[in-house]
Amino acid sequence: MTSVGQIPRIGSKLSFEDDVGACKARWGIGRMDYIVPPGLYAIGHPSAEDPVLVTANYKMSYDIVRQQMANRNVWLLVLETFGINVWCAAGKGTFGTIELIERIEHSELVKLVSHRQLLLPILGAPGVAAHEVKKNTNFTIRYATIRAQDLPEYLDNGMVTTRAMRELTFSLWERLILIPIELVGALKATAVIMAILALVLCIFGGIAAGVAAVTGYLGAVLIGVVIAPLLLPWLPGRSFSIKGAIAGMAWALVFSVFIGRAGFTTPAILAALLGIPAVSAFYTLNFTGCTTFTSRSGVKKEMRLALPVMGCAIIACFLLLIGSRFL
Amino acid sequence: MKGFTYLRKVATLKLDQGKCIGCELCTEVCPHQVFSMADKIATITDLDACMECGACSVNCPVAAIQVDTGAGCASGLINEWLREHNIGGSIGDCCT
Repeated sequence: MTSVGQIPRIGSKLSFEDDVGACKARWGIGRMDYIVPPGLYAIGHPSAEDPVLVTANYKMSYDIVRQQMANRNVWLLVLETFGINVWCAAGKGTFGTIELIERIEHSELVKLVSHRQLLLPILGAPGVAAHEVKKNTNFTIRYATIRAQDLPEYLDNGMVTTRAMRELTFSLWERLILIPIELVGALKATAVIMAILALVLCIFGGIAAGVAAVTGYLGAVLIGVVIAPLLLPWLPGRSFSIKGAIAGMAWALVFSVFIGRAGFTTPAILAALLGIPAVSAFYTLNFTGCTTFTSRSGVKKEMRLALPVMGCAIIACFLLLIGSRFL
Repeated sequence: MKGFTYLRKVATLKLDQGKCIGCELCTEVCPHQVFSMADKIATITDLDACMECGACSVNCPVAAIQVDTGAGCASGLINEWLREHNIGGSIGDCCT
């Protein structure tokens, strides 16, 4: 019980259900409902002097923060971001100035803490104007760290943000955990296209042609969604579509050898060599939305140049397939 | 960012040094160390590292920084283009 009524006290230890929930959310299962109620929470037994951390109401964000705060006394102010993580919510403006101001007032934070300071994740900065929050609530914002994992060190070192704490990374692991949701996202379109390919090629080219087309296409999608993102720093070029096209070409060459041995005609092989890299390039280009270093203007420029090339390659691929039927 | 670079000379980031009051907030919020301070004035030292997240622009108390922000993935941009041209449909969105 506090001066402003009951504040829920939350633990720092994640349960088996929390881990399962996080894993399911990574695969897009119940992801949009993976939320906690916004508002103020107590971790440990915080006093009026203890720090106030701010996070999003995506349960995975909230869980990561509270887990890092084990054996500490802190206040946790959870904003209503409708189950979206801090960074994406900041981009959308829900992890934003107005929501933060309203949440400070609604939680009656001024009555609970003697200081006037809030610790925000650095990746929340695109949504929050620190000077506006200061003007409206008298709370000063300190952008603490990018990763919640750095918070203990930050708090122990007198709230100093080291260079490493404000530097984004995009490690193999950080890329790997993004892939499940990308796979789920690509699933529907891939299933539809594969069904059409199978149907059309089975009718006009026989079962072998149908199986080959579906295999080639599925491989191209997997290269673009899984392999190219994982190999990102090692694939040549700056452009994502070029990186994707190169990875796709590697698969297209292997695939061509197989279908060549199986007796497919030269136009069919050429179709694979054109179509597969184009599909892989498109999916790799779409991974720019997941990265931590690509710019909107860069993606726009790349799309202007790459989409017409991909389109032409796909059209040529189809013409060759039609041609191979009559040659 | 270590090990990663994207296209050069495309970022729309603009800084009006005449307005800068030297609060250093841009250097604190930028996750790619695009800004540095020289004689108490912010300066853009690594434009190509800018991912146009807009954190600097939103947090600049004197509105000295401009940058074009928004969806940064291919499907998001295609949807935006479809909306701009009043064409129905969506090809799925990122950041949902």
